[in-house]
Amino acid sequence: MIFRTENLVAIGFVVLGPIIGGLIAGVDRILTARMQGRIGPPLLQPFYDLSKLFSKRIAPVNRLQVPFIVSHLIFVVLTGFLFFEGSDILLIIFVLTLAEVFLVLAAYSTGSPYAAIGAERELLLMTAYEPMIILTLVGLYQAAKSFNFYEILASTTPLILQLPGIYIGLLFILVMKLQKSPFDLATSHHAHQELVKGLTADMGGPVLGLVELAHWYESVYLYAIVFLFFSSSMLAACIGLVATFFFVILIDNVTARVKWQAALASAWIITLVAGAGNLVPFYLITRGH
Amino acid sequence: MGGVERSIWIVHYDASSCNGCDIEVLACLTPVYDAERFGCIVTGDPKQADLLLVTGGVNNRNVEVLKSIYGQMPEPRAVVAIGACAYSGGVFSECYNVCGGVATAIPVDVYVPGCAAKPESILDGVLRAAAILKERRVALRSAPRNAKKGSTEEGARR
Repeated sequence: MIFRTENLVAIGFVVLGPIIGGLIAGVDRILTARMQGRIGPPLLQPFYDLSKLFSKRIAPVNRLQVPFIVSHLIFVVLTGFLFFEGSDILLIIFVLTLAEVFLVLAAYSTGSPYAAIGAERELLLMTAYEPMIILTLVGLYQAAKSFNFYEILASTTPLILQLPGIYIGLLFILVMKLQKSPFDLATSHHAHQELVKGLTADMGGPVLGLVELAHWYESVYLYAIVFLFFSSSMLAACIGLVATFFFVILIDNVTARVKWQAALASAWIITLVAGAGNLVPFYLITRGH
Repeated sequence: MGGVERSIWIVHYDASSCNGCDIEVLACLTPVYDAERFGCIVTGDPKQADLLLVTGGVNNRNVEVLKSIYGQMPEPRAVVAIGACAYSGGVFSECYNVCGGVATAIPVDVYVPGCAAKPESILDGVLRAAAILKERRVALRSAPRNAKKGSTEEGARR
């Protein structure tokens, strides 16, 4: 078997993903604290939290919880692995959806009413962001004529200039995917309260640690998708990523949680106006090429 | 901060206080005191908490609630009783429905004095409890694994 660079990157993601994801979470918490006029926790706080969670002794609430959460983690890691391995990103989106479904199943299995409402809200959020994810991929394909991460990466024209509307739509659903306010209605991140703990209510100790780990992996490849939009130059990529990261945290700190109706309606309106509004003219222009 | 647990997730329960201590607990989270510097975060789920902060005395109604919250917390865990009422019932100790301090229901590790307790002393109490948590984590690591199920059984809700 020939070992390609893509395989190395994919294995690198599996190994280094938690470290990068944990650091992203650490910077996130410090930035959030500074925005609120606080000093905030140390940079390595997410790692302290994770090691604490894995040292806790707690019996799972039922027999299904652990298999569901482990499946969630496996499919999240698999999504990232396939993504960086250069597989078809259309497939990846469905693997990611499967991962989310396992998390929702784990929440339903606990029997906690808070987890059940959290699971329902998570399903509604999935309904809200899924169309935009597909539009993003279609947009990337239309610009780079490929569903492969590395071929899109190699495209010479900056995708952000061709797909500004798609980028705005992606930014919008990024807030949902990262469980940030105003769309943190299913569960709120960093142990803050929402419906006790919503989706992750009744998940304690190592089980919650696995959910957290999956979330770190997820944030890494979500930012990798953002990276694709700026990939034409390294400087643009750095500025684009930092600006996106900062914007998501700013939005998290300046907005109040919305009801699910508002989340669903606004996401679909943005998808239709910014996403489709960008894609349809772009398709008509590039159709002949 | 060697010897102190660096990640402390807190569940806060107001047994029956005048809310004075509760306001001071919330003050600990504000920019002035910023408990998150020490890795403290207030969570709503006892199953995810390490530390139980109790304000106010225990009465006949909420004694079971308090035991249930404590029972749901996984090992290692610790309890901090905040204020005069959490120690002995305080000014409410003579009331017909008050059983007394928090220790009448669950074991307490740290008492924070005051009526109401000051945010500085609450943070001090939390960090003392964090040291106890660290000790318990180390002790638990060497303990046999089959002692695992203890925590959720006493406080099973369903």
